[in-house]
Formats: sequence, C-alpha cells, structure tokens
Amino acid sequence: MVPLSWYLGLSALLFTIGAVGVFIKRNAITIFLSIELMLNAVNLTFVSLSGFFGDVGGQLFVFIVMTVAAAEAAVGLAIIISIFRNRESLNVDEVDTLKL
Amino acid sequence: MGQEKVLFIVFAVIAIASALNILLQRNPLYSALSLIGTLLALSALYVTLRAEFIAAVQIVVYAGAIMVLFIFVIMLLNVPKDQPQVEKQKGLRYLAIPFAGLMIAEMFYVLRPIRLSTLPPVPSGNAEQAVGTTWSIGTSLFTDYLLPFEVTSVLILMAVVGAMVLARREGD
Repeated sequence: MVPLSWYLGLSALLFTIGAVGVFIKRNAITIFLSIELMLNAVNLTFVSLSGFFGDVGGQLFVFIVMTVAAAEAAVGLAIIISIFRNRESLNVDEVDTLKL
Repeated sequence: MGQEKVLFIVFAVIAIASALNILLQRNPLYSALSLIGTLLALSALYVTLRAEFIAAVQIVVYAGAIMVLFIFVIMLLNVPKDQPQVEKQKGLRYLAIPFAGLMIAEMFYVLRPIRLSTLPPVPSGNAEQAVGTTWSIGTSLFTDYLLPFEVTSVLILMAVVGAMVLARREGD
C-alpha cells in the first residue's frame, strides 16, 4: 500500500512548483495557471487525508474549493481581459500603477 | 513493490513532469495544456484514494469547464510569448538555497511520524454508501454541509455579475 506521506510529499512538491511559477513568471495568465496548480496540490492533501481518516468532510471541502476556483477563474480572466484591453500587454511588470 | 505503489509513481511522475512543463513553456497555451495533464494525473490519484466522485468532477469541471475558459481567453487575447527574465537582484539567488533546504527539512520532520501509515482497508458493508461515492458526498452535502453549499451559490452569482461588469467595454 502507498504510505500517506507519499501523497503529502507529492502535494507539497506540486504546491512548490506552483509557488515558484507565481514568482518567476511574468505573464499574468501563466501566473493564474500556477495558482490553479497550487489549489490542486491542496485538493490532493484534502482527498488523501479524507481517504486515510475515512471522513467525507475533506472531499466536500474539495468540492467547495473547485467551486471557488471556478468563480476565481471567471473573475480573474475578466480582469485579465480588461487589463489587456487597456494596455495591450499581460506582462505584470508593466501593470504597476498601484505601485508608489 | 506493490501494484498500488507502481500506479502512484507513474501518475506522480506524470503530474510533476506536466507541472514543471507549465514553467518551462513560454507560450501560455502550452502551459494551459500541461496543466490539463497534471489535472488528469491527479484525477487518477484520486481514484487510488477511493474518491471516485471527486475524480470524475475533477475531469468534468476542472479539466473540462475551467480549463476551456482559460484556453478561450488565451486564444481570444492572442497573448504574446513570455520574454526571457531580467534578473534584478542576483544576490537573492544565493539566499534562496538555504531557505529551500530549511523548508525541505521541515517537511521531512513533519511527515516523519506518518511515514508508514497506509490507507485503511475497505470497510465491510454497503459498497454504494462508502466514503467517496456519489451517495456519501450528496448525503453530507445536503444535510450537514447545506449552509456552505448555499453560500457557494451566492458566490457563483457574484462571480458571474463581477465578470460581466469587469469584462464590459466602457460606454456600453
């Protein structure tokens, strides 16, 4: 049988790859994809702990996380469309009007 | 090595390779397609964890609906390729390695007590009502977790309205 720590380790690794993507990528859409990757890494933790404890609560939480991810994708992509329309670019280094 | 470990390693390698490919590609469309590979591998891992409903929802909702939205926007905007990085603070690179080592050591320390715990055996009884089936998810969702479910519908409504307001052209 596969130990629980393997699943948690894989989840940590995927989360790290997603976090690195947020830091090193400069295209807004790729940063968004990395955030989705981090959400999925957390989902894997929820599902594995749900399976190992025999509790359905973790899987319900994954269900809610997926709904929030869908809402986040809809709003985030709308923001990206509106940024692209105003600036003709998705490079996050150029979208720094809020910076002092 | 057992059959389950082989399955886990195969799908874990697919998930990690696709995840790394997200970072390596400069074209966001290829990154999105790699993320779909990770999502499918994770869905297979959910099946090995006896979460069949979540595995199906992962493919239908995540790899289907959400990723189609991403690819639609990427194609709609005709996004330019990512330019090579210009490193601004080179010194931070050498600070990163000890911090990464610290985080890995912390992870091994946390995972040490649960190193050998494995998935509990399939409980005897009605297989249709085991944890992870549509029956168990649906029953809990509409009894104990009814309030979060209803709040989610409000969230989705707000997201729809927000997306329409944000993506609208000025002056419409």
